[in-house]
Amino acid sequence: MEFAFTQEQEMIRDTAASFLAQVSDSAAVRAAMATETGYDPALWSRICTQMYWQAIHVPEAYGGMGLGYVEVVAMMEQMGKHLLCSPFFSTVCMGVNALLIAANDEQKAQWLPTICEGNTTATLAFNGGVNRWDTTAVTATWRKEGDNIVLNGSYRYVIDGHTADLLIVAARQEGESSDIALFVLPAQTPGVTRAWLPTMDQARRQASIALQEVTVETAAMLSGADSGNAALTRIVDLAAIALAAEQVGGSQQMLDATVAYTSERVQFNRTIASYQAVKHKAADMMLQVEVARSAVYYAACVAQEALSGSTLGAELPEAASVAKSYCSDAYFAVAGDALQLFGGVGFTWEYDVHLYFKRAKSSEHMLGNGAYHRERLAAMLLD
Amino acid sequence: MKLSFSAEDEQFRQEVASWLRDNLSGEFEKLKGRGGPGDEHSFPQERKVWEQKLAQGKWTCVGWPQAYGGRGCSIEQQVIFFEEYARARAPGRMGHIGEGLTGPTLIAYGTQAQRDKYLPGILDGTQFWCQGYSEPGAGSDLANVKTRAAFDQASGKWRINGQKVWTSLAHESDYCFVIARTDPGSVGHKGLGFFLVEMDQPGIQVRPIEQITGTSEFNEVFFDDAECSSEDIVGEPGEGWKVAMGLLGFERGVSTLGQQMLFQNEFDEVVRLARSNGAASDPVIRQRIARAHTELKIMRYNSMRMLSGQSTGDGSLQKEALIYKLFWATWHRSLGELAMDVMGPECEILDAPPYALNRLQSMYLFVRADTIYGGTNQIQRNIIAERGLGMPKEPRGTL
Repeated sequence: MEFAFTQEQEMIRDTAASFLAQVSDSAAVRAAMATETGYDPALWSRICTQMYWQAIHVPEAYGGMGLGYVEVVAMMEQMGKHLLCSPFFSTVCMGVNALLIAANDEQKAQWLPTICEGNTTATLAFNGGVNRWDTTAVTATWRKEGDNIVLNGSYRYVIDGHTADLLIVAARQEGESSDIALFVLPAQTPGVTRAWLPTMDQARRQASIALQEVTVETAAMLSGADSGNAALTRIVDLAAIALAAEQVGGSQQMLDATVAYTSERVQFNRTIASYQAVKHKAADMMLQVEVARSAVYYAACVAQEALSGSTLGAELPEAASVAKSYCSDAYFAVAGDALQLFGGVGFTWEYDVHLYFKRAKSSEHMLGNGAYHRERLAAMLLD
Repeated sequence: MKLSFSAEDEQFRQEVASWLRDNLSGEFEKLKGRGGPGDEHSFPQERKVWEQKLAQGKWTCVGWPQAYGGRGCSIEQQVIFFEEYARARAPGRMGHIGEGLTGPTLIAYGTQAQRDKYLPGILDGTQFWCQGYSEPGAGSDLANVKTRAAFDQASGKWRINGQKVWTSLAHESDYCFVIARTDPGSVGHKGLGFFLVEMDQPGIQVRPIEQITGTSEFNEVFFDDAECSSEDIVGEPGEGWKVAMGLLGFERGVSTLGQQMLFQNEFDEVVRLARSNGAASDPVIRQRIARAHTELKIMRYNSMRMLSGQSTGDGSLQKEALIYKLFWATWHRSLGELAMDVMGPECEILDAPPYALNRLQSMYLFVRADTIYGGTNQIQRNIIAERGLGMPKEPRGTL
């Protein structure tokens, strides 16, 4: 048992942290936020060609770096801290995971190298517009027609859905209400329409996607070892763990910024950080950040075990729900406390607190909020 | 990072589990699940005999170095031992103060003569210890101890006068380690000594404190010219604070995982009750049970981080260790409230008059101590803010 980063993992994290400190400062985030794409394509290209992050946990056989999910989580934590605007989460933590879990070898060989080369972004669309984040959220349908498959239906809350090059979509067979299948298709396929959904959190883009009689070859159906239902569940769990890591990074940034600000701000001839009312709130913030981090690091290990097919991977649903429920609530609480302790300036557009406060809420509801995941855990324990 | 234990460690787990299965039976069967926090007053004599049984199997002091008579278990093996111990519902350890605090302190700071004199009785489960730190005027402000120790040239012994309070199991203990002021003019953490004091002597009186539960495991201990041999001071006079704080460092160790297994047993009982009495269908209760489950799981992961963590180099606690007491104490207190709310109106009904609490009722009341002793939640927040976040220290009062 070794529950700490290895030296290599620390190096990867520290390299990411210093790179992000340069390229994702407040001005860069605000510039990216103002575009419809939601990120700076030049920066993403730099990430893909110099840092190779898009390939981080793709096996070397498919042109990737062959690292694990602990590394993905370490990176997501840093991205959350610096609020990086990029298609990393959608491409790597949804698209790549979907292919790794649900695709057969041929499909992996077809799609993973193009993602690793850095020319293709991807995302996952499964939610038909409900506050459910499992297979029951899927409302789109598919049917067989000769040698082809025809897809119909719509999706909401698709991260980077309006810009992704490659879509992985979930649909249930017409007439067979329970069986889900996943399909991979280029976003330009005829019959696909996509629309940017403007969001309160401007640092991450969401879109809606409609499929109208979209015709694809049967080879587009992902057909790895798992059933579509089991695959989708695992993909969403892996994504939730990555998102929880991002929440830890954002919480840490809010704590650090609050300590720095309250240590400078003087009222009644003393720094406000010297007041016990402020110290105790900061202590509660630190508790939540550290507890959240413990949850995420454990979940990252379980995710890695799940990806490598080990028995510990069976804990994935529980580890994902533990991490996502705690981190969602912690991030929102910490960001809210930060806003309060910054006082009036925390309410301004100029200070960055609102960017994190908004991200805390958007990431809380994406892939299921605390109550949603707790009910999932309660069902495991009590039913 | 990797989560699995090695094959040898899994082998060790089997060994612990099978020894406990074979030995925690017969006369010891009735001790299962007894003697934990809130129940420490139960079966003290039988639990002392159990300590000797453990010692025969070499299962006391598993983390002590072999050179001092321990098993020299790795951190992983200690974790496994405490987990299996709690999983087997083996009784609360009468010897935990000696094993967890006195022994490591003597190994780190004591003389060879002190080790020779005291370690064997701890190892073989025949001598029991209690902790003389808190006083009526030294609670959160522990350095404010007023108990005095004066060296009497005539007898060549220390004479101790004063009062300690909240001393767990003092009435069942053979020895007490005591911090007392050796420099009469001193204040705060300067001028203290760390003494090893025999309990069975005319200068010591133990008075039980009747607690919120109606039971007594804490005591007041009065020192009226109590004697302590000149060989029984650990470190020099004036170095007591250093030893006392070093000792507190030993408290935050691998036993946290065993403590969590006790929490798990309590939590499982709440879950069983919720399933049997229908509370499990109440959506609010479901959320609270899931939250308690979530945080108990994370408590374990947090301890794994503490135990695997790279040393901070300067001896300061890592952040995940700094928050640990506040986290578990608050969690445990909430578990008590959850247990009562799962019981519903039945939570009021006792097993028997005059005041026979069932286990969950007793837990609910006793956990109110958790957020008070060992540094209140308020003191913990000061420590976290000051040591973990570098915020300004609280000003000292001038009263």
